[in-house]
Amino acid sequence: MLDVSSAVVRYGAIEALHGISFEVRQGEVVTLLGANGAGKSTTLRMLSGLHAPTSGTITFEGQDVTKVKAHMFSSMGISHVPEGRRIFPQMTVQENLEMGAFGRKDNYDDDMEKMFVLFPILKERRKQLGGNLSGGEQQMLAISRAMMSHPRLLLLDEPSMGLAPMIIDQIFHIIGEIRDAGTTVLVVEQNAAQALRLADRGYVMENGAIAFSDDAAKLLHDPRVRAVYLGESVD
Amino acid sequence: MSYFSSHFATLGHEFWGLLVGGIANGFIYAMVAIGYTMVYGVLRLINFAHSEVFMTGAFASFFLLKFLVGNSTPNAFESVVYLIAAVVIGGVVGALVALLLERVAYRPLRRRNAPKLAYLISAIGASYFLYNFVGKEFGRINLSIDAPYTNNTVFTIFGATVQTYYIVIFFVGVTMLVALDRLVATSKLGRGIRAVAQDAETASLMGVNIDRTIALTFMLGGFLGGVAGFLYSIPVGAVYGMGFTPALKAFSAAVLGGIGNLRGAVLGGLILGVVESLSVAFVSGAYIDVVAFGVLVLVLLVRPTGILGERLGRSA
Repeated sequence: MLDVSSAVVRYGAIEALHGISFEVRQGEVVTLLGANGAGKSTTLRMLSGLHAPTSGTITFEGQDVTKVKAHMFSSMGISHVPEGRRIFPQMTVQENLEMGAFGRKDNYDDDMEKMFVLFPILKERRKQLGGNLSGGEQQMLAISRAMMSHPRLLLLDEPSMGLAPMIIDQIFHIIGEIRDAGTTVLVVEQNAAQALRLADRGYVMENGAIAFSDDAAKLLHDPRVRAVYLGESVD
Repeated sequence: MSYFSSHFATLGHEFWGLLVGGIANGFIYAMVAIGYTMVYGVLRLINFAHSEVFMTGAFASFFLLKFLVGNSTPNAFESVVYLIAAVVIGGVVGALVALLLERVAYRPLRRRNAPKLAYLISAIGASYFLYNFVGKEFGRINLSIDAPYTNNTVFTIFGATVQTYYIVIFFVGVTMLVALDRLVATSKLGRGIRAVAQDAETASLMGVNIDRTIALTFMLGGFLGGVAGFLYSIPVGAVYGMGFTPALKAFSAAVLGGIGNLRGAVLGGLILGVVESLSVAFVSGAYIDVVAFGVLVLVLLVRPTGILGERLGRSA
């Protein structure tokens, strides 16, 4: 479904991604793991056109999307939940959801109702300003907003950041439901254990490159992952 | 009689007349202030060439009315049609000039991530070019507008006469400002503008074309600015340098109301217009600008963010 081949991203003189290659297959949950600054967020930003790669190619459903502009992606079927949620603070919950459907010309009332079933708290808060929601509610809104465009691939950047463990469980449960409903998911996480339990496969990034990759179940027991990302000592 | 009581006596006499005139000027300031505040909302920059949008709008209406009215005396029906035509052409030319400014003076700088100072220099350059171009092409003299109506007294309120000119300003001003407010608050275009003002990058992830939204924002502000230029020029005429002072005051009005806030721009414009007008009675006509800017300074000392000091995004 998504193929990235030798993608290089630069911020001015600094090369942030040194030619990374990976793929996401239809129906999978794939996770990108890695320490702060390893290039996970940059990878997602590259995939949604916020930072065009200087070389390499990105293909989505057989189409070359390497040079496609950011605002085109949501209508092409890729939706991005950005790091830090980035809710529009001065818009109501409902207006935020409407922003998620900005590229759609058909009626999306049913989809909004679906989001309210998925996250009933958003229905209660629909007239409140996005900036007045709690962190967990904002994350739910950010995911719902991204789903409003009917994406076939959902990019999630650190969905657990700054949230209480109970809320994190709830968010990951919903991500599983989204996958079961047919949306492919690429999730960047620092919370490796949680991400690997949900994911089918994982890529581990170090210093702007992909260090290794495997099935999620194997990574969960891989001593390199356990040592660095799950905070366990190697025997 | 002391200084103040004598002036209050004068004020009592002229109060209503000055108030009506002040509100009319206030609507013109408000319509121009909207342009500054909307562009600031999406780009965080002051479009200092907006004064030339005001001026070119007035010239467009001048030429149309010269063609339509000439030396004739329009009947009531023609008056309304000509007036609407003049408003529309002033607005459309204002919008096109604003769009041109965005493309030529600002977009190339945005592409290169230029520092804010570069935008200011670019705006000054574009402003100089436009007003000298108009001065050279159409003469550096004041051109009288062929008003499409006869300026009669329509009615009197507390002894103050309200002329046709004021009715035109109130009607056009209220229509434009209410329409713009609704457009930004409820339409999809307005949601896009507010999204870009609050978080441009995230707006682009939602499918908002940022360049297009910025261009439309310039055009909306330009439309109101061009119409304001026409309304302003009806009694005083059109001249190439006419934009400078009213636009500077409108910019001050936008800051007074809280830059970035649509309703703040309207409020700031009305306050500035009324204070300025009443200062004629309170102090003297010669001090009109001193009083207006004195009020601005005082308000900003107390509330540095302006009266409604918030962002465009809030104006729902």
